[in-house]
Amino acid sequence: MNARDGLDFDADVERRAAPASARWGALRGRRGGGHDAADAGTRVEIRLALPAHGVTAILGRSGAGKTTLLHALAGLLRPTRGHLRLAGHTLFDAAAAVDLPPHARALGVVFQDGRLFPHLSVRGNLRYPAQRGRTGGPAFDDVVALLGLGALLERRAHALSGGERQRVAIGRALLAAPQALLMDEPLASLDPPRRHELLDYLARLPSRWNVPILYVTHQIDEALRLADRVVVMDAGRCIAAGDALEVLSDLSLQPLLGRFEAGSVLAGDVAEQWPDWQLTRVRIGAALITVPHIDAAPGTPVRLRVRARDVALQRELVTSSASNQLAGTVRRVLDREGPYCAVELALDAAAAPGQRLWALVTRRSVHALGLAPGAGAVASFKAVAVEGRAVALRPAR
Amino acid sequence: MTEVETAALALSLRVALAAVLLTLPVATAIAFALARGRFRGKTLVEALVNLPLVLPPVVIGYALLVTFGRQGSLGRWLHDVLGWQFVFTFRGAVLAAAVMALPLMVRAIRQAIESVDRGLEAAALTLGATRATAFATVTLPLMVPGLLSGAVLGFAASLGEFGATITFVSNVPGQTQTLPLAIYSALQQPGGDAAAARLVGLSVLLALAALALAQWSHRRVQRWLGQAA
Repeated sequence: MNARDGLDFDADVERRAAPASARWGALRGRRGGGHDAADAGTRVEIRLALPAHGVTAILGRSGAGKTTLLHALAGLLRPTRGHLRLAGHTLFDAAAAVDLPPHARALGVVFQDGRLFPHLSVRGNLRYPAQRGRTGGPAFDDVVALLGLGALLERRAHALSGGERQRVAIGRALLAAPQALLMDEPLASLDPPRRHELLDYLARLPSRWNVPILYVTHQIDEALRLADRVVVMDAGRCIAAGDALEVLSDLSLQPLLGRFEAGSVLAGDVAEQWPDWQLTRVRIGAALITVPHIDAAPGTPVRLRVRARDVALQRELVTSSASNQLAGTVRRVLDREGPYCAVELALDAAAAPGQRLWALVTRRSVHALGLAPGAGAVASFKAVAVEGRAVALRPAR
Repeated sequence: MTEVETAALALSLRVALAAVLLTLPVATAIAFALARGRFRGKTLVEALVNLPLVLPPVVIGYALLVTFGRQGSLGRWLHDVLGWQFVFTFRGAVLAAAVMALPLMVRAIRQAIESVDRGLEAAALTLGATRATAFATVTLPLMVPGLLSGAVLGFAASLGEFGATITFVSNVPGQTQTLPLAIYSALQQPGGDAAAARLVGLSVLLALAALALAQWSHRRVQRWLGQAA
C-alpha cells in the first residue's frame, strides 16, 4: 500500500466536537437518521492507510464510528488531532493548521438519506456540482446512462422511489468530480429487492471510472459483494484492515461485525451451469464445487459465504461423494462456547492459494481427528450450506 | 369615495409594501442570526426585536419620535446630513409600520430557517458549494414559504398599524393618513359615519384580497418545493 498515493488517515475525531458541528452544521440535521443518533458522542481514533483504487468497505456495528470517520474525511467534522491526506493532498493537518473546507476537498459523498435538493429536479441535482465549479469528472450522459436516470431527469425528489433517490444521489456525487467517493450506508433505507438492484449499479462503478470508494456499512453481504478491502471498526478504532476475503473470513473478528452467522468467504468463478438442477458449478482454484444457482455467465468471478457450522472435516478425501470437498491444512483451532471448536483451514496452495475456510466442529472431533495446526484435513459441505444467494461480483446483465 | 379616502387607500398600500420590502432583508438577517448564531447578547437582541409586540404601540411611536424626531440625536443627524425627515412624512409612516411588523416577520422567517434540513446544506458543501453559495442555492430557496408568510404577516400588520404611526408621524392626509387613521378621523367628524363605513368596507376587502393572494402563492410555492400542500 502506498499511502502517498492513497488515503492516509491518522487523526482523532470527536463526534460531539462542538466547534466543527457549529461550523458546518452537518450533524444537527433534522432528518439525520437513526444512525447519526446512534453515533452521537463517539470518539474516533483512526490510523488507516489505503490505496487509492478499488472499494474499501468499512464495517462495524452502529456507533462504531464509521460515519464519524467519513464526515471527518468530507470536512464536515474537524478532527482534534492528526492529519488526513488523500492522493498526496493534505486535507487536514492539525500541526500545520491546514483544514480544507468541504467544498475544496474533491470528494463525493453519498449520504444514507440521499439528501437530494427538494427544490430542484433530478437534472438540477445532477448539475449542481458542475454549477459550483466541480467539473472534469465523469461525463453527465455517461453517469445518467450507467445509473439508468434518463427517465427521471425532469422529476422532483419527492416523486422518486427510495432506490431511485439513492441512484440520483450516487450520480450527483460522481458528477462532483471526486478523487474518492464516500458512501455512508447508501442502501440502509431500502427494502431488500431495491437493495439488490442498487448493489448491481454500485458494482459497476469501480470498473467504469476507477474512482476509489470508501463504503460504510454494517451489512456483511454488501461488503462481500463490493469490497476489495475491508476495514473493521469497533468502539472508535480500526481493529482490522486487509483483503476482503481474509478479513471477512476471520472468525475472530466476526463478533464485531454484528449479527450474522459465523462463516468464511471463498472466491472463485462460475465454471458451468446445471440449469436442470438449478445448480451452478464454481471453480475454487483447481477444485469444483456445486452451489445453488447463481445468475451469471461462465467465467464470472463470484464470492461464496459458507457457514462454519455447515462445514465438516475429515482427514482424507471421501471417495463416494456428491458433496463439495476442499483439501487444506489446519492453521488455527479456536475454542468456542460449549462443546465447539472453530478450525481454520488454509486451502491447498495448488487448489486455492491463500483462501481460508472455517469449520465449527466439536472439541471431541478435534481430538479424535488430531486437528492440530499443520495437520492436513478435508472440508466438506453441502450445496445448501452456501448462504443465501451467492454473489456474482459483476452483475449478470 | 372622496379624494381623501382614495388617497388613504393608496397610501396604505404604499406604506405596507414599502415597510415589508424594507423589513424583509433586515428580518431575514436577524432571524438567521437568532436561528443559527451563537453570540453574546442573543437574548437581548431577541428581546429588543420582540418589544413592539409587547409594548403599547403608542410607546413605540413615542420612542421613534424621540429617536428620529428633529430633536432626537439620530433624527437631527439624518436631517442635517441626508435631508431625511420622518415626522409628518410618508417615510416616517413606513418606518413606524416596519418597526411594528419586524417581530412578526422575524418569527415567521426564523421558523422557516429552523425547518430547513441542515443535512442538505452539508450535502451542498460536499458538492462544491461554499457556505455562502450553499445558503443562496439551498437554504434560501427552501425558506421561500417562510419568507412569504413572513411578508404576508408584515403586510397585514402594516395595513393595520395605528398607535405607533399616529404618535410618531401624526395624521396628515396624503402623507401619513393610512386607512386606520382615516377611519379614526372620519369618526371624529360630525356626520363622518358614512365615510368611516366605506373605509371599513375597504379595509375588509383589502385584508381578504391579501389573504387570498397569500394562500394562492403559498400553494404555488409548496408545489414548487414538492411538498404537496
